[in-house]
This record gives sequence, structure tokens and C-alpha cells, in this order.
Amino acid sequence: MASVNCPECAAEITLEKGTEVGEIIVCSDCGVDLEVISLEPPTVQLAPREEEDWGE
Amino acid sequence: MQRRLKIGVLFSRVRVEEKWIFGALERRGIDYDRLDDRAIHFDLNNPAPWQQYDAVLERSMSYNSGLYALRLLNVFGVPTVNTAAVAEVCGDKLMTSAALARDGVPQPHNATAFTPEAALEAIEAFGYPVVLKPVVGSWGRLLAKINDRDAAEAVLEHKSTLGSVQHSVFYIQEYIEKPGRDIRAIVIGDCVLTAMYRKSEHWITNTARGGEGELCPITPEIEELCLRAARSVGGGVLAVDLVEHPEKGLVVNEINHTMEFHTMQPISGIDIAGEIVEYAVSVAREYA
Repeated sequence: MASVNCPECAAEITLEKGTEVGEIIVCSDCGVDLEVISLEPPTVQLAPREEEDWGE
Repeated sequence: MQRRLKIGVLFSRVRVEEKWIFGALERRGIDYDRLDDRAIHFDLNNPAPWQQYDAVLERSMSYNSGLYALRLLNVFGVPTVNTAAVAEVCGDKLMTSAALARDGVPQPHNATAFTPEAALEAIEAFGYPVVLKPVVGSWGRLLAKINDRDAAEAVLEHKSTLGSVQHSVFYIQEYIEKPGRDIRAIVIGDCVLTAMYRKSEHWITNTARGGEGELCPITPEIEELCLRAARSVGGGVLAVDLVEHPEKGLVVNEINHTMEFHTMQPISGIDIAGEIVEYAVSVAREYA
């Protein structure tokens, strides 16, 4: 299984099977939201902050 | 031979709902593209790349991006789920209330005003407590329960000073003493698919704010009210939120046009994502 490092706290995070590009995962160490931006190679970045017009 | 359909799915983030929708499309062998609303661009002189889609399912988290994308797609002649007209009404609480009022669908007492002074006058006419809501927004954000004139003056001043211009459209709603829960029903086309109670000890019962879900039986009253509400805003794939009003009975509080259903799908055992996909395919076939 692919792993990445949290850009905030450097913790190692394992990407579970079925993870998709665009998915938000949470760093289990520091709790920050991360967006999966690539699977090959596995890459994450800090997720965009919630905007005022976001919702369902 | 029938031409193979192509569906576009417009999204901002791959939430669990989008994963389920992608999965439902793939299980049905439907040709589809993932359209990230942060990456797309529209050349208004060249609609052809968009016209390859027999339908576009809009799942944007940004109301503005989703709405303008739908407007352009509809101008280009591309069918969408939901339509721009439905998104315009459902994404704006004031326009939802206006549509429901026009069609006599039971709802809480609402009023609106455009200055803090006029809003204060409207609030005083309601009597306290009242609820102030942003006309655009979701997940129970920035809702304010106003218990007295002091709080009203403070919140109105803050909204007009600190908020964007949209926060100067003051949407005022009667405060409803509900039984610690509201009801969310999923309506797809002419079918009320499933419903759940959203329970919370807090007056805001959104599951996004920690409310818990529990299956709610679809009574004839719930079914009729949800279908009337859905028709009033133009129909499609909708989540109708109902509140049990102590005097008026069931009333329609809000209608969402890009609803989340990560709580409802497992609770109901219904493949909501699959039903959404089936509806999008039926729309695509209708216009293909």
C-alpha cells in the first residue's frame, strides 16, 4: 500500500486501497485535512479551506 | 442501434458520495468523465467539448461554481441534473421560501429585509426568538438564534459590517420549538426514496453539525409534502428538509440540490448513488 508524508507534521500516512484522486484524508497524527492529488506517485497537499458558498 | 451515452460528473472534492456515484456509473458500464470544477474552463465561443455529454450531474461543493457551470451548460443545450433553474431556487433560501409560498407549500414564517434597521423592524414584528440565516450557505453555518433586541442589534450590525454584501440580505425565520429532530427526505423525480430523522440536542440538527441520523418512515403526509415541495422548486434530485412545527404540523424548511447522503445511504440500505445515476441516465436518454 502506498504511503505519503503529511506536509504539515511529516507523519507517515498509508493510502488505503480504493483511495481516489480528489479524496480528502485526515492525518492521523496532526488531524489536518489533506487532499490526494496523485496516486502515481502518491502525493497529498493541504486541502483547500472551506469557502463561504460551500455546502450541499 | 442506440448510441452510447456519455455523462459528465462535475465535482469539487471526491467525498464518499462521489465515490459511490463513480462506482455506480462504473458498475453500469456507463461512459463518464470526472470534471473537477477547479480545473475546468468554458470557452463561450466553443461549446462543442461540453456538448459531447448527454447529461452532466452537478456535485460541486461551491454553490457559485456549480450554479454558473449549470447556467452555461444549459445555455449550450446540455441537460443537467439538476437544472440551473432548480439550483438558483434551492441554493438561495429566500428564493426557496418564495417558491414554496407561491405554491402554498407549508413552511415556517419567513421575512426578509435589506438594511439592519428594516430587519430589526421585521424581527420585532415576529417577536423573539427568531432565527437569522444567510441566504446562501449550508451545513448549518452562520445561523443565529436571536433571543432579544440586544442580540438582534448586535448580530445585524456584525453581519452588515463584517459580512459580504450577500449578508445584507437579511433572511428572518420564526424559531421553531422542534422535538429535538428534523426530517430529511430524498426525492428523485416523482419518488420519495427514503427519509431520516436528524436528531440533536442543539437547535441546529444538521448531521454536518453533529446531528445523528435515524430512519424515518415515509408516511403519506411526508410523501405528499415532499413531492409538492420538489415540484415547487422544479424537481430533480433533491433533499427536502422538514420540521415538525408544534402548531402547523410538518413544514418544509429547506431544499438541497446537491445533497450529501453519507449518513442516509447506510441507514436506509438504499443505493441512493445508484438511484441518482439512474435518474441522470434517464435525463440523458430523454434528450439524446
